[in-house]
This record gives sequence, structure tokens and C-alpha cells, in this order.
Amino acid sequence: MAQMTMIQAITDAMRVEMKRDDSVLLFGEDVGKNGGVFRATEGLQAEFGEERVFDTPLAESGIGGLAIGLGLTGFRPIMEIQFFGFVFEVFDSVAAQMARMRYRSGGKYHSPVTIRSPFGGGVKTPELHADSLEGLMAQTPGVKVVIPATPYDAKGLLISAIRDNDPVVFLEHMKLYRSFRGEVPEEEYAIELGKADVKREGKDISIITYGAMVHSSLKAAEELAKEGIEAEVIDLRTISPLDIEAIIASVEKTNRAIVVQEAQKQAGIAANVVAEINDRAILSLEAPVLRVTAPDTVFPFASAEDVWLPGYKEIVETAMKVINF
Amino acid sequence: MKSKTLEQVENQFETFQILNEEGEIVNEAAMPNLNDEQLQELMKRMIYTRIWDQRAISLNRQGRLGFYAPVAGQEASMLGTHFALEKEDWILPGYRDIPQIVFHGVSLEQAFLWSRGHFQGGQMPEGVNVLMPQIIIGAQIIQNAGVALGLKRKNTNTVAITYTGDGGASQGDFYEGLNFAGAYNAPAIFVVQNNRFAISTPVEKQSAAKTIAQKAVAAGIHGVQVDGMDVLAVYAATQEARERGVRGDGPTLIETLTYRYGPHTMAGDDPTRYRTGELDDEWEKKDPLVRFRKFLEKKNLWTEDQENEVVEQAKEDIKAAIKKADAAPKQKVTDLIGFMNEELPYNLKEQMDKFKAKESK
Repeated sequence: MAQMTMIQAITDAMRVEMKRDDSVLLFGEDVGKNGGVFRATEGLQAEFGEERVFDTPLAESGIGGLAIGLGLTGFRPIMEIQFFGFVFEVFDSVAAQMARMRYRSGGKYHSPVTIRSPFGGGVKTPELHADSLEGLMAQTPGVKVVIPATPYDAKGLLISAIRDNDPVVFLEHMKLYRSFRGEVPEEEYAIELGKADVKREGKDISIITYGAMVHSSLKAAEELAKEGIEAEVIDLRTISPLDIEAIIASVEKTNRAIVVQEAQKQAGIAANVVAEINDRAILSLEAPVLRVTAPDTVFPFASAEDVWLPGYKEIVETAMKVINF
Repeated sequence: MKSKTLEQVENQFETFQILNEEGEIVNEAAMPNLNDEQLQELMKRMIYTRIWDQRAISLNRQGRLGFYAPVAGQEASMLGTHFALEKEDWILPGYRDIPQIVFHGVSLEQAFLWSRGHFQGGQMPEGVNVLMPQIIIGAQIIQNAGVALGLKRKNTNTVAITYTGDGGASQGDFYEGLNFAGAYNAPAIFVVQNNRFAISTPVEKQSAAKTIAQKAVAAGIHGVQVDGMDVLAVYAATQEARERGVRGDGPTLIETLTYRYGPHTMAGDDPTRYRTGELDDEWEKKDPLVRFRKFLEKKNLWTEDQENEVVEQAKEDIKAAIKKADAAPKQKVTDLIGFMNEELPYNLKEQMDKFKAKESK
């Protein structure tokens, strides 16, 4: 098995799928010769040609419309939005058009589009690059939203996203692109969308999270272990739809939970997870389910991001509150 | 003061016309190669559509039709462009562009169901390459670039055509659509039916540009302004655009100068608030049906009997289509839940069960 960074795993997933299926096309700003601003598409134009891997004019809405049209004519588009903060420019194409294609046509048409985009804090970007906007997407019926936390998951989930016949928003946390390597099989494998993964088993409290916060939560779990508390870390991997069974099974085992997200608090994924736990497992709970989130501002200017972003210490403190309730 | 360059560009966009208001040929060289039967068919379609529009307005007032955007005045613009298409071509319509999709193979009954907001109205028949009429102004324009690129990549020798209005030409998506199609040299046709008013806002307030057609210049594609009340000019311009696309010479922007006699939609718009009676009269003198009828009569290709036959046919068809639409099964929330995703996620599965129970009561 190869050791890969997450970005290498992402490139590998696209290569595997482009080889397997001629209808897969890859396009976006600077994805061709340049290989993308993060090099996620490195070498793919050389390997598959300019007909299948190509640069677009600099217009996100146009990229979305292009993907819809190519999807209608039998292609399977992977479109890149250079940074997810630019999604507002293409929101109509994603939320009002491709997400509704199947519904609006009574099942006649669909949009088999994968929308790849980097996001996430901790890398000192300019404004509107790092924001966690996944909640906007998760509130949109008709799209799936996937956020991998490891190279292994990134490859398997991206392969599934590309094969999915409905639009999938695939968000790649910039901080995770090259921060560590992991084992990634060289062959193709698909990880089912909508399935969470237990990243650490424990019996005392569930920490339910996704994206870069998986790693902060694992670090928090190590700290908690020093106090004799065994935390279970659930990586949602897909935030829409949620893996409700995995969440409830964990909470029924530990009877305590916190939900951790990098995004702002209001109307977020964590709020949805808390509500689902209340709906389905309230009698299993020994304490209220608390959230660890960023404050309800937009993503801050770079020099303040270290304070703004939730860290493992806050996760430990919040977990202790729930344990000591 | 306008720059010389701008003046030179604008002056090149003269309105293309073949038939004047009296039905006389003013541009013999541009006459399209249509046989008598085809000329008569164009007339039939325009009359049919005019009658259908009148019936639709009346049905809407009786509460028997849903959302409806009247088309009278725009028949030449709609049906002339459509007549230049082939069966396999794609149409990405706006919400007023129902006549084109019906003549492309969508049934009247289905058009009525769409108007009522019934999902069967969106289930386009197999082999009919038509998208559901777009509600968001301009969203279909960028999709048209994508469909056209797809058709090119598949070497289909077909084109994708989309329609919007003068207001739609102000949207960012309009520029992106033209620009993308140009950059990829895609076989796309963009029709802007300039009926002078976007709901109430006059075209003069949409843009400083003298014509919408000239916007093609900035995108590096071909553009033409056509007398949209002259069905032969509209047809000829579209046919040329289609040939250009199939030949691999890229997209075309067509601006048709036209007018909608009725309100923007039947949902409470009152055109007397923003249009004068004089302007209405001025445009009714240019009427596409009157003009083309005069042309055909001079050629002995059109009689009152033929006219009456089309009118009766339209009335009968509409009656039958409404009857069929009335007989469509009542729409259920459970139908709609099923169309949201290919596979139901857990939440929709639960909600499906809930609504099944509710709807079986």
C-alpha cells in the first residue's frame, strides 16, 4: 500500500475514475496545464488530454451551468470551485438547478456532477477562501455533502461521489491536504456515501465531528484518556445525509455526546446532529449534548484565525462539562 | 459622446428583415428556401398558437390553468426560430417559451400540467430533447453552453438553443453563457426575444447598448438583430445560426425585436401601468400573423377556409388536452419525495412513510 497525502489520494481517485469511465470530465479554473492551484489535478491533463481535463473561463456560475449541460448530454462532470468561498457565485447552478434536476423533471433527467472545492481554516488565506459553508449545502435537498478527514477516506469517498448519479459537494479541507500521509490502496475502492466511521472507540462519551475537527477531536480524546475517560470519535464523513444509525448506536453506548464543527454555531450541522439525538435517543442521555463550534461571525481575517478556530482544549473542556454534568 | 469604435460597432447591427409590414419581400436575396407546404405550416403554427394563447388566458381566468405567460405578438419570434431546428436539437426554454417545446414534441396536455405545477409536466417524452421551462431568469443560458459543448464532444451535428428576454440579457449568466460557448466554439444558439419590457422595466433601462445583438461582439461570437415580427427573417437567421454551429463555426446570438400584447403573466400584471396604448397600436401594426397572411394570400397559398380549419383544430386540441390534464392522477407528496434523489436518504425514507400514511387517509 502506498503512503499518500490527502491531495495525492484525491488526484489518484480522479485518475482511477477517468481511466475506468470515459464519460468523466474534469474542469475548472486552472485545473489543466497548471494542475490546479493546489495541484489536485496534477498530470491529469497530460494523461487524459485537453478534451477531458480543461480550463474554464473565470466564472463560477458558468462552470456550474457547463456541468449541468454536460451532465444532460451523457457526461459525468467533476467541476472544481477554486475555493469554496466562491460558491456564492455558483449557488444558483448548484442549489436551484442541479439539485432540482431530478425533481423538476419527474425523474427524467439528473445531474451526476461532483463539485470539488477546497475550504477550511488554519492556512492564512485571504477572505472568502476558508469559510465552512457546508451548512448551506446540507440544507439543500438533492445534494449530498461529503467531507473527508483522511487520505484513505478521501480516495474512497471521491470515487463514490464521482459514480453517484446525483450532485455531490465534495469539500477538501486545505489544512489536511499535505499535513500528514496515510495508507491508501493503489487500486480502486469505494466508500459508501452517508456512512460514518468510528475513528476511535470509547465507552464514556461520543465526540461526533467531521473534517479537520476529526484530528482535533482525536487529540482531545488522547488528553481525556489521560484522565481515564475513553471518548469515542465518530467521523461523519458525509454530513448530508447523516449516518443516523452510527450516531445513535454510539450515543446509546456512551450515553453522553458532544458535537464538534469548525463552522459557526448557528443553524449548523452540529445543531442538526443534536436535534436528531434528541429525537431518537433522549432517554439514553445522562447529560445534555453540547456543541463545540466557531463563533457566529464570518471566518476571521488571517491573523485572528488561530483564536477563532475551535481547538482540542475546548473539546476537552466541553467533554468534561458533559462528563461532570 | 459615443466613441467612434462604439458607433462603428453599433451601426453594423441593422435589423434584418425579409417581409415588411405589408407582407412584401424587401430582401429577396435572403429569402429562405421553403416550399409552399412549409410556408403554410409556419402560418398554421402561428395561428394555432394565437388561438391557444387566447384559450389559455381564458382558462387561466376560470382557474383551470396554473401559471401562464401570454405569447401573442411573439409567434414569429418563437415559431420562426423553432422551425429552423432539427428533431434532435436541444431546447432550453424560459417559462414563456411553451409553443416551441410543444412543436418540438411535448404534448399540449403536458404543457398544461406543467402550468399547473404537476410533476408530469416536467417528464419530457423520450427522444424529445427539451428541458423544463426555466423560472430563474438566465439560468438556462449557461446550461445551454454546457449542452452545446456536450453535443460537440459527441459529434452529433446538432445544436442547443435557448431563449430569454431583454431583461435576461442583463443577467451575469447571459454573459457567461455567451462567453463560455464562444471559448469552446460550441454549437449554441442564444435567442433574446426583445419584447421591450421585462415585466414593466423598459429595455432602454436595461443597458446603454443600442442593441442586444451587439453584445455578441464582446464575447467574440456572431450576433444578429432580426425583425421578430417577420417569421421569414427569424427563420432565416436561425437556420444560418444552426448551420454555423453544426459546421463548427461556433455560437450565435440572435436578438428578435418583438412585442407581447398581453401582460407579463396572468398573475396580476397590468401593462397599462407601464405601456401606452399608442405603443401597443404601433406594434400591433407589425403583427406577425397579419403580415405573413398577406404574403401568403398574394401567392394564393392561404384561404379563409384554411384559416378556419386551423382555428377549429386548435380549439379542439385544447379542449381534449385540458380534459386529459384534468384526468391526470392527483399529485402526491410521496411522488415528489421519490424524485428528490436517486436513492432515498434516511430522513426522506421516514418522511415518505409519514406522508404515505397521511395520503392513504
